[in-house]
Amino acid sequence: MARRPSTPEVVLTHAAIVGITMVTLYPVLWVLEMAFSPSQSFSMDLSPIPSEVTLDNFRDVIGTFDDEGRWLFGRQLLNSVIVSVATAVLGLSLSTTAAYALSRWSFPGREQGMAAFLVTQMFPGVVMAIPLYLLLDLFGLLDSRTGLVLVYATTSVPFSVFTLKGYFDTIPVALEEAAMLDGASRWMTFRYIVLPLARPALAVTGLFSFMTAWNEFILALTLMGSEDAYTLPVVLQGYVGDFGTEWGRFAAGAVIVSLPVMALFFALQRHFVEGLTAGGVKG
Amino acid sequence: MILWLGAAWGADITVWHAYRDAEEDALEAAGDAYQAISGDKISFVQIPFDGYTTKLETTIPRGNGPDLFVASHDNLGKWSAMGVVDPPSTPVEGHLPVTIEALTVKGRVQGWPLAYKSLLLLYDKALVKEPARTTDALLAQAKQLPDGVYGLVFEAGSPYSHGPILHAFGARALEPDGTAKLDTPEQAAAYAFSKRLAIDEGIVPAQPTYVVMETLFDEGRAAYVISGSWFVPGRARDIGATTLPVVSETGEPMAPYLGVDAIYRTPDAEPAAAGFAEFLSRGEGARIRSEQGGQAVSDASVTSDDPIVQALAAQARNAVPMPNDPNTSSAFEAIARSLLSVQRGARTPEEAAADAQEFFDVFSRPLPPAADPRPWLAFLAILVLGGLGLVAQRARDPELRARVSRHASDYLWIAPAGLSMSVLVILPFVTGAAVSLFAHRAGEWRFVGLAHFLDILLARDFPITSPLSFVFTLGVTVLWTTVNIVLHVSIGMALAMLLREPWVRLRAVWRALLIIPWAVPNYITALIWKGMFHAQFGAVNAILGFVLMRDGPLELDWFGSFSTAFCANLVTNTWLGFPFMMVVTLGALQSIPRDLEEAAEVDGAGRWFAFRHVVYPMLKPALLPAVVLGSVWTFNMFNVIFLVSGGEPNSSTEILISDAYRWAFKRGNHYGYAAAYAVLIFGVLLVYSRSANRLVGKKVI
Repeated sequence: MARRPSTPEVVLTHAAIVGITMVTLYPVLWVLEMAFSPSQSFSMDLSPIPSEVTLDNFRDVIGTFDDEGRWLFGRQLLNSVIVSVATAVLGLSLSTTAAYALSRWSFPGREQGMAAFLVTQMFPGVVMAIPLYLLLDLFGLLDSRTGLVLVYATTSVPFSVFTLKGYFDTIPVALEEAAMLDGASRWMTFRYIVLPLARPALAVTGLFSFMTAWNEFILALTLMGSEDAYTLPVVLQGYVGDFGTEWGRFAAGAVIVSLPVMALFFALQRHFVEGLTAGGVKG
Repeated sequence: MILWLGAAWGADITVWHAYRDAEEDALEAAGDAYQAISGDKISFVQIPFDGYTTKLETTIPRGNGPDLFVASHDNLGKWSAMGVVDPPSTPVEGHLPVTIEALTVKGRVQGWPLAYKSLLLLYDKALVKEPARTTDALLAQAKQLPDGVYGLVFEAGSPYSHGPILHAFGARALEPDGTAKLDTPEQAAAYAFSKRLAIDEGIVPAQPTYVVMETLFDEGRAAYVISGSWFVPGRARDIGATTLPVVSETGEPMAPYLGVDAIYRTPDAEPAAAGFAEFLSRGEGARIRSEQGGQAVSDASVTSDDPIVQALAAQARNAVPMPNDPNTSSAFEAIARSLLSVQRGARTPEEAAADAQEFFDVFSRPLPPAADPRPWLAFLAILVLGGLGLVAQRARDPELRARVSRHASDYLWIAPAGLSMSVLVILPFVTGAAVSLFAHRAGEWRFVGLAHFLDILLARDFPITSPLSFVFTLGVTVLWTTVNIVLHVSIGMALAMLLREPWVRLRAVWRALLIIPWAVPNYITALIWKGMFHAQFGAVNAILGFVLMRDGPLELDWFGSFSTAFCANLVTNTWLGFPFMMVVTLGALQSIPRDLEEAAEVDGAGRWFAFRHVVYPMLKPALLPAVVLGSVWTFNMFNVIFLVSGGEPNSSTEILISDAYRWAFKRGNHYGYAAAYAVLIFGVLLVYSRSANRLVGKKVI
């Protein structure tokens, strides 16, 4: 039985949401203004509405070609997509099984394992870049998307493990026990009962892992050696120069980089906000 | 490095650079021209400036660098010591002497000079008929300008822009031997003059950053600007260029720093690489760069009719080569701190000069004495053996063995994650942490044991009340983390609760809009926020002025005091951080049945009561990991601090990680000291997570 809110409550809630959204979007409007304005200067106007609208910045950012006349931006976009999707897939595959094991079984070393995952998050990234470079150099994985994916996926594991474990903990074990009694193996129970129920958490952690790779700059720059191996954040950072920043192109690039994230969120959000219909979990 | 012989007739030469636009085009044109005559294939790789130095210093010593690279000369002292550059083996001749001087380290020319850059006096031709030759004349002209037009805009807080003033007062940032005399009366007089020019005379706007300079000039609101040739392209108004004026107080001309762009050979370069370096540096290569790239080339035989280049040539006769000593960054950092505190009125010029010397002495102090590594190796051996012994002993325990074998297949589930974490996270960290036992100066390493830790923890360099001490910064970091997390979680959770109500319209749209701060790369939005907090032109002050019904914007210098600068960082980071907590809460809410909550409400409990006693307890287990991890990330949130307040004022808003960064990159490359900071950060977080477990009365993680 759904609760019926009173009219003032509905009005107030909507007003609050609209207000918060407006405040939240205000700084973003500057990014848009600079992206669509013909100048390369930073905008300090109060009203972030461009006096003149042009797509030149987007054309400049997208329309880059290498010496052989191949579409450079296209390759870099493809790099970013491949690396980020692979990071999400690999990151999730590494973390779901680990999170499930940590959530369900009390094997010796479980507590220590959990602590170790958390502890890795406390390593400040600055000290890691050069050792990682040496390590990948050793394995011959420099300048390769594989190396980058391995690093990113591993980086995203702890958050994913904790989020998924937290979620698995809330799923009643009764269902799995029933399936096991019916003769299902551990793997089958996990794959066909637990994973589908964990869709909201999988969506959140998948998005998170994707973002880990999608926005990262320093490692991508250090580990990748040529322009056609760059990912988009590296390209974007290229508009920040020694003496000044090409704000128009920088902002246009930021808009381009943000759009896929928004799209992905839009596509994934029904998994983690519309609720699950599997009656078994409720109550 | 890719070293194969291309076609039978030429070598493949890779060149790295950070040039853009016209300079990049000219570089590539010169590459094509050389390819046509030599048959060697020249490939260029453009590297973002922001990570260029790190990339050079990481790749070249491991033989993964290019054959040649183009860079300005200011890191040359360090590069020469690190073996990043291989000096030309034939004499480098025919260049302006000052460019050769800049490229010389320990008596040897380290590369082939290309072009020089320096600050100039630029002016709006519509506002200035006859450019001023002295600062008094400039001040007099500035007072005649219409309302709203600033006489002069220059980056008054930057040590690079302070250079010309310093030199006009007969002082300098660094002595030729790498020491510094920063507490002299001349230094103090230069600070006093800078304050007079930038603040007291009222002709310079507040917080004159590069962005403010561009904006005001394009709007016709800046008569003079002190900047370089890079300022000129894309300006909206007719711009004139001339040499910097004479400081009327001393009668000496302002002499800016001269930066020399050069092309360098790396130790593993293809033998043919030097040919291209020579070509690019002189004659045809120089002509192409001058004509197509608008560069002021070092080749003395190339002339240009570009007025900017001519002004540069005139200025070069009265310029000081940027020091290439590794101590330069330490001197600049010390001067920058003092400059800002004088301009803010917090210190007198004399006090500021004394401060600068004190900081420089700490930043450039001698390395701790070398420690004997043998006890350490013995200790390490005991540790490893003891660990192995412990494992062996535990392994003999029959009960444990039984449990392990019973759960043997469980380990397979966790093995992939565990293995990859060990190799790609733990191993690099241990390696990185080991750096904390070494001290570094200009490419030289020395084992010093725990000296860095003792220096930091015993507050040897600074009293614990100083913003540069570990304890002070730790306090700020803890405050920063706590306030942030409270705000992120409460705002994120409140929005998630609102946005799950089925009767809210367009829920999907609001949710998508509200995650935008998370989706847009934070290194651009953090800069937008910094612009919004500008004292004079920022939106925040304008809006506050309106809300408080002031006559015009509120004139609050956000970065002038700790509390406001901290707030500016906090607002930015909260804006960046709440969407993540909102998304996590939305996900976690799905495992909570609505029925219970509704039942509670139907039974007459209020919504708050239902939230507090039904929803919140069920949300907590799913949310706690996000809170613990979120606080760990906030603790190490470098970008916001570095880009928004930059530690202002007086390093007080610095957090541990940004301070560590400064020790590694801005205060003379104390990598070992910075690594010790990193290890201590790790230790603090470890203690935090242990106590977090205890605090909530159960195992969070």
